[in-house]
Amino acid sequence: MAQYQNLFTSVQPVGPVHHGVDLPRGDDKRTGEPFLVHLFGRIGNAQVGPVYLGTLGVASLLCGIAAFNIIGFNMLASVDWNPIQLIRQLFWLALEPPPPAYGLGIPPLAQGGWWLMTGFMLTASIMLWWARTYRRARQLGMGTHVAWAFAAAIWLYLVCGFFRPIMMGSWSEAVPFGIFPHLDWVSAISLRYGNLFYNPFHALSIVFLYGSVLLFAMHGATILAVGRYGGEREIEQIVDRGTASERAALFWRWTMGFNATMESIHRWAWWFAVLCPLVGGIGILLTGTVVDNWYLWAVKHHVVPAYPLASPVVLDPAILGVKP
Amino acid sequence: MKTMIKMLCVLWAAVLLAGCERPPIETVQTGFRGTAMAQIYNPRTLAQQASLNQAPAASEPASAEGPKASQVFKNVQVLGDSSVAQFTQHMASITQWVAPEAGCAYCHNVQDFADDSKYTKVVARRMIQMTQRVNQDWKSHVADTGVTCYTCHRGNNIPQQVWTAPKDRKYANSLLGDLAGQNIATKEAGLTSLPFDPFTPYLKEASAIRVNGTEVMAGVGANANRASLKQTEHTYSLMVHMSESLGVNCTYCHNTRNFQAWDESRPQRVTAWYGIRMARELNNDYMTPLTDKFPASRLGPQGDVAKVNCSTCHQGAFKPLYGAPMAKNHPELLSLAKP
Repeated sequence: MAQYQNLFTSVQPVGPVHHGVDLPRGDDKRTGEPFLVHLFGRIGNAQVGPVYLGTLGVASLLCGIAAFNIIGFNMLASVDWNPIQLIRQLFWLALEPPPPAYGLGIPPLAQGGWWLMTGFMLTASIMLWWARTYRRARQLGMGTHVAWAFAAAIWLYLVCGFFRPIMMGSWSEAVPFGIFPHLDWVSAISLRYGNLFYNPFHALSIVFLYGSVLLFAMHGATILAVGRYGGEREIEQIVDRGTASERAALFWRWTMGFNATMESIHRWAWWFAVLCPLVGGIGILLTGTVVDNWYLWAVKHHVVPAYPLASPVVLDPAILGVKP
Repeated sequence: MKTMIKMLCVLWAAVLLAGCERPPIETVQTGFRGTAMAQIYNPRTLAQQASLNQAPAASEPASAEGPKASQVFKNVQVLGDSSVAQFTQHMASITQWVAPEAGCAYCHNVQDFADDSKYTKVVARRMIQMTQRVNQDWKSHVADTGVTCYTCHRGNNIPQQVWTAPKDRKYANSLLGDLAGQNIATKEAGLTSLPFDPFTPYLKEASAIRVNGTEVMAGVGANANRASLKQTEHTYSLMVHMSESLGVNCTYCHNTRNFQAWDESRPQRVTAWYGIRMARELNNDYMTPLTDKFPASRLGPQGDVAKVNCSTCHQGAFKPLYGAPMAKNHPELLSLAKP
């Protein structure tokens, strides 16, 4: 007989499909009859639908499709319209921002104009989707925590692609739209500004990133571990802690000396996740606009350990002049 | 069904691992502990490279006694100071180094060896001068090891690793799909999506390679460091080329916590610095002026002559031919002929 396991389970409990709560007056009707997809149920809820798109959703999708197509057709053109090369080199291809010579001006289409247009469309799409997450949450009578967490990610996106390029006076500083090329941008900004690892906001951002991962692992493990006592009914246990909460709390006091509560663990997780892009964005915004060399900044503030230099000390040949 | 899923998992794991390099990996520490100054080697790769970088058996130095080549042969312009024995030995060697299959006829009109009608002979003469120039005046890069024709040619008419300006894509002038000089997979950029021609700006033109500033804070006006991120990507691409050409990591020259600092670098970085200048001089003073001597079939897609970069000599080794001192047995190549 199939058994319900709480780590790798082969059993998929499904209830009757539901349409959700009634929407306030003025909202569109939800469309489509909800249905179940077994494969979705393997990783989450098996129910798909009903769909609600509304004005914001439709506008966001249109802008997003425009951006996606401009990027895609530029990539396809860059391999001379060869679909096989498009697939083969997909990770290498990109839509590049304009060359530095154009500053913040409007470049010709072929020299970054498409990039500027895509940036506008993608940003519009993201902002509209943000407004949608905010409004949908409100219409369902929820808090807007998800929208504000999303806003933290949008902040980092805007810093990299909009605020910092404007402060630097050049669109060329922005991130290209492409898989490897955007990673090259990441390497380049670290190389150019004297090693981003010495940027304290970058360091903080890493703390919150890894901290989020750690918290997620600890929380997930804890709740699964007390699943047999109904530990996944977290919200009820905030006010009525029950044996699952008590056992989990005791476990952490024994092993860590301290424990979060059923309520506060979620605040911890939310803040860690939100602070990761928030402080990261501050670090990027300061890079090149305020600080030009993070390594030297760290030397100045006594962060960098000194190691013995090689003997004889290597000198810059440029100050000696070319001596063939 | 279960077996199918298991097989798929195994297959997926195999696909994931296919891109990895099989161990063992050997690490050689090259700097102070804790600085991560180390070279990473795989003995299998190293053995393969070693077999590709063997110097040919050294020939006995020929006698410098006897009449000069210029007194005995006609039209000897750059090896005239050599003895006849040295000259003939050099001709035998250069045949082995550059045209082992075509033989003397690759450069010479065999009816009249003094004849300059073959372009290959004109080019070879200039290349001998280039070799002499490198051995005489670029000791900052080649030290006393020096170079010979073989360092680059390795038995090929044209060295295997040369560069020309890259071909434009077919629809380069269209409204869509600007590559911006990067973002396709090329060997030149070490299969990254970095700029694929770091050679024209740095090994032909003298564009600024350094992008790091020496001040903590961003300056304004004349004090600002204007190096852009795109420029940084070009520098990065050149460094990838150097790393690939020499078969070494970044830390062979740099302390990567602070790429720009010379006092934290290894002395190899100074040698490399001169190497960049040397390649630039060879391309501008020796290769480019020969452009109209070559037939069109020998030129690149943009009509420029084949030029040198780091891999032309190094070919994957930290020192070409692992520093085999070939040149010392060829004194005719060690200094420029007196005019």
